[in-house]
Parts: sequence; C-alpha cells; structure tokens
Amino acid sequence: MNTRLLWTAFVTIVVKEIRRFTRIWVQTLLPPAITMTLYFIIFGNLIGSRIGDMGGFDYMEYIVPGLIMMSVITNSYGNVVSSFFGTKFQRNIEELLVSPVPNWVILAGYVIGGASRGLGVGFIVTLLSLFFTDLQIHHLFVTIAVVLLTAILFALGGFINAVYAKTFDDIAIVPTFILTPLTYLGGVFYSIQLLPGFWQGVSQLNPILYMVNSFRYGILGVSDINIGFAFAMIIGFIVLLGGYAMHLLNTGKGIRE
Amino acid sequence: MTTALSIQDLRKVYGNSFEALKGITLDVQQGDFFALLGPNGAGKSTTLGIVSSLVNKTSGKVKVFGYDLDTQLAQAKQCLGVVPQEFNFNPFEKVLDIVVTQAGYYGIPRKQATERAETYLRKLGLWDKRNERARMLSGGMKRRLMIARALVHEPKLLILDEPTAGVDIELRRSMWDFLTEINAAGTTIILTTHYLEEAESLCRNIAIIDHGSIIQDTSMKALLQKLDTETFILDLKDDFTELPELNGYVIRPRDAHTLEVDVPKSQGLNELFKFLAEQGMEVTSMRNKANRLEELFVSLVDKNLKQERA
Ligand SMILES: Nc1ncnc2c1ncn2[C@@H]1O[C@H](COP(=O)(O)OP(=O)(O)OP(=O)(O)O)[C@@H](O)[C@H]1O
Ligand SMILES: [Mg+2]
Repeated sequence: MNTRLLWTAFVTIVVKEIRRFTRIWVQTLLPPAITMTLYFIIFGNLIGSRIGDMGGFDYMEYIVPGLIMMSVITNSYGNVVSSFFGTKFQRNIEELLVSPVPNWVILAGYVIGGASRGLGVGFIVTLLSLFFTDLQIHHLFVTIAVVLLTAILFALGGFINAVYAKTFDDIAIVPTFILTPLTYLGGVFYSIQLLPGFWQGVSQLNPILYMVNSFRYGILGVSDINIGFAFAMIIGFIVLLGGYAMHLLNTGKGIRE
Repeated sequence: MTTALSIQDLRKVYGNSFEALKGITLDVQQGDFFALLGPNGAGKSTTLGIVSSLVNKTSGKVKVFGYDLDTQLAQAKQCLGVVPQEFNFNPFEKVLDIVVTQAGYYGIPRKQATERAETYLRKLGLWDKRNERARMLSGGMKRRLMIARALVHEPKLLILDEPTAGVDIELRRSMWDFLTEINAAGTTIILTTHYLEEAESLCRNIAIIDHGSIIQDTSMKALLQKLDTETFILDLKDDFTELPELNGYVIRPRDAHTLEVDVPKSQGLNELFKFLAEQGMEVTSMRNKANRLEELFVSLVDKNLKQERA
C-alpha cells in the first residue's frame, strides 16, 4: 500500500476508535469526570485545606497535575485493552486481518485511538480542575510532550494486555493490581520527599513516578526527579513495548490460529 | 489464462497434533465459479481461512493471482474478498459504518467508500437497514451484510464460506442471481456449501475435500457424468395391482401408487415410459429421488471412508 492508502487506513482505525468511546461516553468519559471532581472536592478542598503546603504549593495545586495524569494513564490503557479485546472477542479483528493494512498501522491506529481517549479525559479533568484552582503552565513543551508520550505508552501497554487476554477478567487484572497501586504510589498525592530514605529509593523504581513528576514540573515547575532522565525512560519504554507489540502482531499471538 | 488461486501441498496441523489438512493442491482459474464441498469437519473453512490469512498454515504455498502469501501478502489481500462462515462484524456498529470502515482498511477514501457501500447495500437489499445496528438484522440479512462488506473494495476473487446457511429459499435464489451476476461481470468466486443443489446450479468446477484431503477435483459436468444411474420417483394415477418388471431397470414399490425406479444412464427414460403406457399405467408426476450431485457426493465420501478404514 502506498502512503496515501496507509494514511486512509490509519485514519479509519482512529476514527472508529474515537467513535467507539464517544458512543459509550457514559461508560468512558463520564465516570472519570465524576471521580476526579470528587477527588478535587474531598482531597483538594476539604482535606487539602488542613494539609497545608506540599512541595511549596497548596495541596490542591499540587495534586491537580497528578490527577490529570492519573486519568490519562487509566483511560489510555483502558481504552485499548477493552476495545482490542472486544474486537478479538467478537472476531471483528478479522476485518482488519483480511485487509492489506500492515500490522504497524493497526498498532498505530489503536494506540492513537486509545491515547485520544486518555488525552480527551485529561482535557475534561483539566477543565474541571479550573473550578477549584488556577492553572499556570510553566513549561508548555514539557507538559504537552510528557502527557502525549505517557498516553502513547499506556495505550501500548493496554494493547499488549489485550493480545494476551482470554477472558474479561484478564483485562481487569493489570489495571487493578498493577496500574492503580503504581499510580497511587507514584507521587500523585504526595511528594516522595516526605518518605523515609529507603522508601524514597523504592519509589524511584516506579516508572509512573517519573511521568507524574515530569508533568507536574511542566505545570508547576517543581519535580522530585530529573526531567531528562524521565523523558529518556518514557521513550525507552515506548520503544520496548512498541517493539514487543509488533512482535506479537507479526506472530499472530492470540489472533490467528 | 490467469490462475486466481493456486494452492500447493497445503498442510495444517492444529495445536501440533491434529492434522486438519494433509497436503492439498488446488487451482482455481480466473472467472471460475468454483465449489469446495465436503462433510462437516473436512477442512473447508481451514483452507479458506489460510487463503484469507486468518489461519496460519503449517506448510505449503498459496498464491492469489500470482501473489505469494508469504512474500506479497498485501497485494494478495487486495485481490481478495472474504465472507466467513461465522458472523464476525461488531454487532453494536451500524450497517453502513461496518461497510464504510472496511473500505477504509483498503485505503478507499471516505467519500468513495460511502458511495461504494451504498451501491452494494442497495444491491443486497440492505440499504433501508443502513442505520440499524448489525445485531438487529435477521440471520439472512447478516449474511448479506458480510457479502456487501467483502465486495466494497471490488475484489477479483470472492471467497464465500457457506453464504446461504440459514437463508430462506426465496432469498437464497436472489443471492444466487446476485452471485451469478458478479461472476458474469468478471469476479472469480469460490464457495462452500452443504446445499449440493446450490453447487450444481451455480458452479462450473468443483473439488471435494474429506478428512483434509482432496478426493475429487474436476468440472461439474465431468463429475455428473460419473453418475451411471439415477433414481426417479413416479406417481401413478391409479393403484397398481402387480409390480411391473422391465429388463434393465430396477423398479421398487414405494406405496400403492408410487414407484421408485433406478434408471441407468445408458437406457434413458423413453423405454420406461413406453412400457408403462403399454401396461395402461398413467404417470401423473415424476421427480428425482435425490439431487444428482448429492447421490454422487454421498457415494464418494463413503468410498473414501472405506478406503481410509482399509
Ligand atoms: N481452532 C481449531 N483448533 C483445533 N482444531 C480445529 C480448529 N478449527 C478447526 N479445527 C478442526 O479442523 C477440522 C476441519 O475444520 P473446518 O472448520 O476446516 O471444517 P469444515 O470443512 O469447514 O466443516 P463445516 O462444514 O462443519 O464448516 C475439524 O476436525 C475441526 O475440528
Ligand atoms: Mg466450515
């Protein structure tokens, strides 16, 4: 297929993915909006006013970037894992497999489709946060780059999860037992400086910490970690997971007999 | 003449033990209307699955219009339209969206895709349903939806795995007309079916596959010529008193006024009718006992079974 045909195929997949999550917005867009509003009210306003400063900012300001990032991560992952698993489950993956769309375009389409939901929800949560705090972005480029790359990374993760998944349980395990704990412990709600030395070290093994902190750095200008290192790590993970996802697609794991 | 599909020594082992295809070789010429027949579990869907790259082959070669699936997969796929045995669209999507999206996968821009989708949905009588979710369609409509979806990129080779399963008689006939029409317009068609009457009336060439091997690969005409006797059922106006006997024919009673006659190809029917007329027996109607192809099919598969046991 030449570039123009590939582009049409790519856009077709992305549009189909975006239509899917907007069609079921009550399941996809509304819940994070409600949950995050509750977080803002309870943690930010009610409890936050008693906590005082965190990293030199008032608590609400401190957690907003973390909560936006948390929404982006959960929704990018969640979109691809359920959409691609559903496609496998209903067998309409075959529509793609019989067509000449190359595997990398299939992967790119699903990943960008999933990242779109992550970014869409992130945007909604950002708008909601404006009811509670003023957002001033310190480093626009860092903010945008880190949120984009994170969305892509977790969309890739969701894709790999979907390839391996055989039942609906399999698509819930990773988000519940790995993603959520890592996100909560990834500095969304606190600065790791509050932790004793040992636990600070352990926290630094959590990749999500780097994403949340880079994003917070983009907005507030403060970070617990080195931003250059964070970017290198995110890109490294994208290359790794992207390569692995391509390998799975090329061997037909979970999709071809 | 171009070969639309060429399969060489194709093998498939499922889960490294069950050998579903034991090395089949098959050619289908461009413009053909080809039937791939065989009992349940023979390996028809497996073969078509490999051709449409939904199933990985174990070994062998497959070429679609000369494009090797191993080295020129994208070109091969571009030539191919697939209607699978099982429904495989997203039941929550709208009919029109399903067809337009499929066109997009072949790189057809949206505007043109929508026009094509309209053409084929209209031809298949689904245009009124275009805004329904696919799961709201009846079984026969779902099949037609899959046909429209398979044609939207105007493939040179159309593969249909039991397209008329669960489709009522009237609709089946209109589907036959439609397939005959696109075949006449140049599309090569391969279909599998368990309705042998369908294969007989549509297809020019035929292969029979059984237990993963091809046991017959010939033209419909040549195959039917192999049938040396045909059984007819004759309804008589009056009850007969005595079973008529005629040299060269085997005549059996079915009930008091119905006869079953085995007629050898070499004898024909004239002599039989002349004889019955002489006996004063008036025939009110006559029909084939079974479809001709059906008789052959059963005998071939039986023979294969006996050989396998031996
Ligand atoms: N995914 C699979 N795993 C293991 N065995 C399979 C699989 N798919 C098919 N088979 C086996 O391979 C054989 C051929 O199956 P296939 O579906 O090709 O038959 P078929 O000729 O299409 O039959 P039918 O007329 O019932 O559709 C069968 O014995 C079947 O049980
Ligand atoms: Mg089958």
